[in-house]
Amino acid sequence: MRGESVQSDYARMLLQRFLVRLLTMLVTLFGVAIVVFVVIRVAPGDPIAMMLPPGASDDDIARLRALYGLDKSIVQQFFIWLGGVLQGDFGTSISLRQDVLGLVFDRLPATLELATVALLMAIALGVTAAILGARSRGTAIEAGIDIASGATLSIPDFLWGLVLILLFGVLVPVFDISGRVSPQLDLPFVTQFYLVESILRLRFDLTWDLLKHMLMPAVALALPLAAIIAQLLKQSLKEVLDLDYVVLARVKGFSETQVILREALKNAALPTLTLVGVQFTFLIGGTVIVERLFSYEGLGNMAIDAVINRDLPLIQGIVLVFALLFVLINLAVDMMYALLNPRLRHG
Amino acid sequence: MTINRRDLLGYGAAAIGAATLGLPRAAKAADELTIAYNVNLPSWDPTTGPSAVNPTIQGLYQSVFDQIIGQKPDLSFTPGLLTEWGWNDDRTKVTMTVREGVKWHDGSPFTPEDVVWSLTRAGDEKTGNPIQFVWKNVNNFKIDGNKITGDVVQFDPVYFKWMSFLTGYILPKAYYEKVGAEGFEKAPIGTGPYMVDKFERNAFLRLKANPHYWGTKPAFENVTIKFVTDAASRVAEIESGSSQVTLEIPYEEYDRLIAKDGLAGSIKNVSDIGMIFFNDIEAMLDKNVRQAAVMAVDKELLVKRLLRGYGQPIATLETPEYTAFDPSIKVEHNPEKAKELLAASGYSPKKPVKFTIQTTKGFKPKDYEMIQAIVGMWRKVGIEAKIEVYEIAKHYELRAADKLAPAAFYNWGNSIGDPTTSTGFAMYGPSPHSVWDSKDLVDMINPLWGEKDEAKRIAGWKAVDKYIAEQAYVLPLMQYAQPIVHSKKVNVVQHVSGALLPALMTPA
Repeated sequence: MRGESVQSDYARMLLQRFLVRLLTMLVTLFGVAIVVFVVIRVAPGDPIAMMLPPGASDDDIARLRALYGLDKSIVQQFFIWLGGVLQGDFGTSISLRQDVLGLVFDRLPATLELATVALLMAIALGVTAAILGARSRGTAIEAGIDIASGATLSIPDFLWGLVLILLFGVLVPVFDISGRVSPQLDLPFVTQFYLVESILRLRFDLTWDLLKHMLMPAVALALPLAAIIAQLLKQSLKEVLDLDYVVLARVKGFSETQVILREALKNAALPTLTLVGVQFTFLIGGTVIVERLFSYEGLGNMAIDAVINRDLPLIQGIVLVFALLFVLINLAVDMMYALLNPRLRHG
Repeated sequence: MTINRRDLLGYGAAAIGAATLGLPRAAKAADELTIAYNVNLPSWDPTTGPSAVNPTIQGLYQSVFDQIIGQKPDLSFTPGLLTEWGWNDDRTKVTMTVREGVKWHDGSPFTPEDVVWSLTRAGDEKTGNPIQFVWKNVNNFKIDGNKITGDVVQFDPVYFKWMSFLTGYILPKAYYEKVGAEGFEKAPIGTGPYMVDKFERNAFLRLKANPHYWGTKPAFENVTIKFVTDAASRVAEIESGSSQVTLEIPYEEYDRLIAKDGLAGSIKNVSDIGMIFFNDIEAMLDKNVRQAAVMAVDKELLVKRLLRGYGQPIATLETPEYTAFDPSIKVEHNPEKAKELLAASGYSPKKPVKFTIQTTKGFKPKDYEMIQAIVGMWRKVGIEAKIEVYEIAKHYELRAADKLAPAAFYNWGNSIGDPTTSTGFAMYGPSPHSVWDSKDLVDMINPLWGEKDEAKRIAGWKAVDKYIAEQAYVLPLMQYAQPIVHSKKVNVVQHVSGALLPALMTPA
């Protein structure tokens, strides 16, 4: 009976937590929408001034302003835009002259695939380094991992990108430097999730081509995050490894690797999980520069063009979708934390 | 198809092996050409929206859509979709002869109706053509066989020259009406040397030679244009052999790359200049200050030291390739005289005249460094300029609102070489692109817009250029050189307009 009651309280707590976070998410998105809308309008750079023909008269300029709805006050513009957004209409891109939502959803899968592959790489590298470091604590191996993590962390992702281009694009040209897929290939895909679809269709030739293009930008994005994971998880593991239940496991005759993998890792991973969630949002933010560097056709690359062209509707759409991604990731991490945290689970 | 774990491992091992052996760099077919291009292509309609007035992407448009009147690499005009064109004696009518036997990429015939529809559409303000102010000057077109006549609403001597410039393209009437603007974006067709095979925005454009092309057949059957906007990545593209041609890379990299085995370079002065706008405010209202600011600048040194000798100093906004270029107009570099002029206005190195100069940083080659050098030259004669860095978008905004600082760096392209599109729009007060707005200059330029006598018109613009140089209303710096690096297996013909045209490339 007591167990059922605890489970019920736990489920109620999870639901409550979910609803509160959902509400916060909506408020956050509304706030982001206002801030982005106002900031890009008061920031330097007038989209109309950028497209003025040489002989434009004042009437021509006024006509262009009206054409793009920029002749109204910011408040009016905001409510017109918000009204559209609530009905799924994010407006039309000034530079690309296409529906913003369509453009954003066209590009989002490329960025999501890149970010996900980078995250998986970061986790694999970071966890391996952390386990190795924790297992070899106090030795030269741990020192080596600490130095490597520090060095990796101190170099920003775009610089890693340049280093990788030089190493594996120019000096030993084994990977493709630019793009998402070889232009010569015919793609049978019906979605923009090329990597996922190539695997589902068992077209491993295309999977390999996609990975060849994705590997360098993904590594550039993954390395700083891998270093963070390695540092934090190693520290958590070292703390957990001194706890009684771990000592008991050793006494039972488990090897150090078994102790780490079976007993220590689960509890030590919790703070890392939260951090990975937060860092994943930064990683997605990092795609903007890295995608540009590798001419990768994702949302980040398009965001830079939108900013250069002062394409206000497109910037708004991209930022709002990025914000939505961020809050969803945070929500997922929060819920996962609640699910995995034994203190919360057992009341 | 079924696949098991063993197969999967096999695929993985084979793939890794292929990568290690460098198989991805398999030799490209002789009829394949890959170009690392410096800008993205935002839209496929070359007559509307911001892309239509972006000079850098005209090379892409020109590969798919022919310009109405062709242009040779030296900027001279040549028959294109029109074989003849001209005015009647009193300049009240235009006559055009449409080339026969031309086909659209879908195989349908190109007709005079396409020309009339395109010109009428371009002149309609509702379509959003940014050059509508030119196209609206002729209407009421009539077709007789392959001849077209039109009524002149307002005489514009540059009307036909615009047919080789921004938005001067013919679109397919029947196809466009059938598929609409959205359908055209997805599957554009033109009459140009190349057809669009595949287009991934922000990634690449695959072109295929047009088998129906009326002109010289392109040498390369397939051309891939990769959009590589980062200069360092373009250098890597050419250095790794992933692309055979690239452009707009730092001059230092150009020199380094062309020294490598298998690579060659082509560098030519193009229709793009660097200049410093003077605004008619504050210290710039003093002629002595303006003249001193011009005389103090050693342009030869700037080109030699900062641009590694690539480019050419200029005295006016006209380059040698432009119609109104007048080599007799000289502006001397004379720091001592600059000091004297400033002294006459009460300034000296110890008591300098002060103003702000705005510049971009990284928008054009060595722009910021050049302004730093100029500020250093100015300091020696008695000018203390404060540098303010801004983004190019901010420059456009300030310029349109006529709120630029007393001095502001900018570049100016003019691929038809006419004085109206260089000195005209840059220096004519009422133009939103002009910065200096004095009445004397407006009065001098006004009669030239509609001058019917071509020789008189060009002479008039030369006089304007001379007057501007004497008054120091602007500081022209240099004509830029465009660096192109390419594989030795490809011959590249550079176009003075700066457009990189695959149709002009041939296997070596």
